[in-house]
Amino acid sequence: MKKSVNQLIFAAGVLAVWEALALAKVWPPYLFPTPQGVAQSLYEGFKDHSLWIGIGVSLRRVVIGYAISVVLGILLGMVLASNKFLEDTLGRVILSLQSLPSACWVPIALLWFGLSETAIIFVTITGSLLAVTQSTKAGFDNVPRILSMAGRNLGAKGPQMFWHVLLPASLPYLLDGLRQGWAFACRSLITGEMIYISLGLGQLLMTGRDLNDINLVVAVMVLIALLGYIVDGIVFRKLDASIRNKWGMAATASS
Amino acid sequence: MTNYVIDLFNRSIGGSRAPLESVELPGPLNAGKKAFSDAAFLQPCPPARKESISLCGVFRSYANPRGSFTPALQNIDLEIEQGEFVCIVGPSGCGKSTLLHLIAGLDRPTSGEITVDGSPVNGPGTDRILLFQELGLFPWLTVRQNVEFGLKMDGVSKTERRDRARVFLRMVHLSHFEDHYIHQLSGGMKQRVALARSLALRPKILLMDEPFAALDAQTRDMLHDELERIWKETSPTIVFVTHNVREAVRLGDRVLLMSFRPGRIKTQFQINLNRPRHVEDSDVAYLSKEILGQLREEIDRSFNAEYSREEKR
Repeated sequence: MKKSVNQLIFAAGVLAVWEALALAKVWPPYLFPTPQGVAQSLYEGFKDHSLWIGIGVSLRRVVIGYAISVVLGILLGMVLASNKFLEDTLGRVILSLQSLPSACWVPIALLWFGLSETAIIFVTITGSLLAVTQSTKAGFDNVPRILSMAGRNLGAKGPQMFWHVLLPASLPYLLDGLRQGWAFACRSLITGEMIYISLGLGQLLMTGRDLNDINLVVAVMVLIALLGYIVDGIVFRKLDASIRNKWGMAATASS
Repeated sequence: MTNYVIDLFNRSIGGSRAPLESVELPGPLNAGKKAFSDAAFLQPCPPARKESISLCGVFRSYANPRGSFTPALQNIDLEIEQGEFVCIVGPSGCGKSTLLHLIAGLDRPTSGEITVDGSPVNGPGTDRILLFQELGLFPWLTVRQNVEFGLKMDGVSKTERRDRARVFLRMVHLSHFEDHYIHQLSGGMKQRVALARSLALRPKILLMDEPFAALDAQTRDMLHDELERIWKETSPTIVFVTHNVREAVRLGDRVLLMSFRPGRIKTQFQINLNRPRHVEDSDVAYLSKEILGQLREEIDRSFNAEYSREEKR
């Protein structure tokens, strides 16, 4: 209760300072958005459906890209965790690739897939795949030996060992990676959508720039941040809380 | 020299008091350090008997950081009867846990033979359940799901699993906690969950690795009683490792004393005291004192070994 009151007070404060700065006209209005302007852009955007379409198209892409990243990332992470040779070779390559921002992958995506849906999804995947891979690997590496021994001791074999011991034991790590992967996927998606007329939220950002409409730009940014936050809150924070609850870990500040 | 002292000591306590039978192990065991390198003395194992755990000439050594091998167990010959309660005491680092892991099939001997009911041990099996010192309970499962785990792996149907888990949870007095998660339990309760989880598979052999070491005295006393009762009801063979001599005498039909690295079975004591016993019984205290005397020697040896190693650094 106290938390939400604090959050409300904080939001009101931010809006007040923002409004004050806008009224003071420290910066010219075409460089500095106003709260009303942003609200106006959001209202109009939703009214003429361009924002709804943007959200729909972008969500579809990010879900597809993220789903592929999760499946591939978990498989890849498992392989890396179970094979020393691949860990020393492929693992290092993956580690070095992780420092590339997804914008680096745009030229390759364009050359391989042209101005297409596939190119955008490819860029999305480059953002999240490696994060999921790394955390899966870390998760499996960090399964306490005692748990896997206990599993074997109680008769778990092969796939049973994987499904009933290794996977649940690495879940806290895995969830961190999935969460991070989601955030990375969203970022990369926007990068990808700036490539061409793609109807997504990234495209709307570029439209705002082209029309010199700072209010639209900020409105879309707010929308993207909000979407990421909502998904995180609906899916990941709940999962995280339930795992922490079962395992008896300390609750995080956010939950 | 040490062997000579041990000999004297054994002889001196041999005739002291009726219930204590100190059995000096014959032959190669006393051949000392030479034994490890010399393969010639290894006798062929006798044909394994049914209805028992039998270890014959078991060695286990581990590679150490200096590039050589540290022997953990050396030439273990051991025969444990079906339904027997055997306790193993020894200084830390003497290979007690290794011995249990070998019988459980979670580790393999460097050489030698381990048979259970006449067939050689090749990996873990649910007829031999090891109760780990660190328990290894699954934090993502409830108490009952933990107890059901082995049954689930075995393909037992859901309703039967549940019924069997409840029987064993009642046995360890945890019926009211079946839907709790592990972190919500006290140390003694966790210990009992682990016990119920092991018992649920109805193992013929229960291997227990210092299971009660981390508990307070009252809880331990209570669990001793419970374990003894469960042992009488379900009559598994129990191999119980501990560093607490009184606990060993309280529980065991037989107490094996292991020597410091390399671990060998130095002496064994038949405990012919009537059950139920209690750790505070004078007979238990008396026998414990005898065994403790010998254990002290080994502990001194282990300290000396650690010291001399530190000086070399």
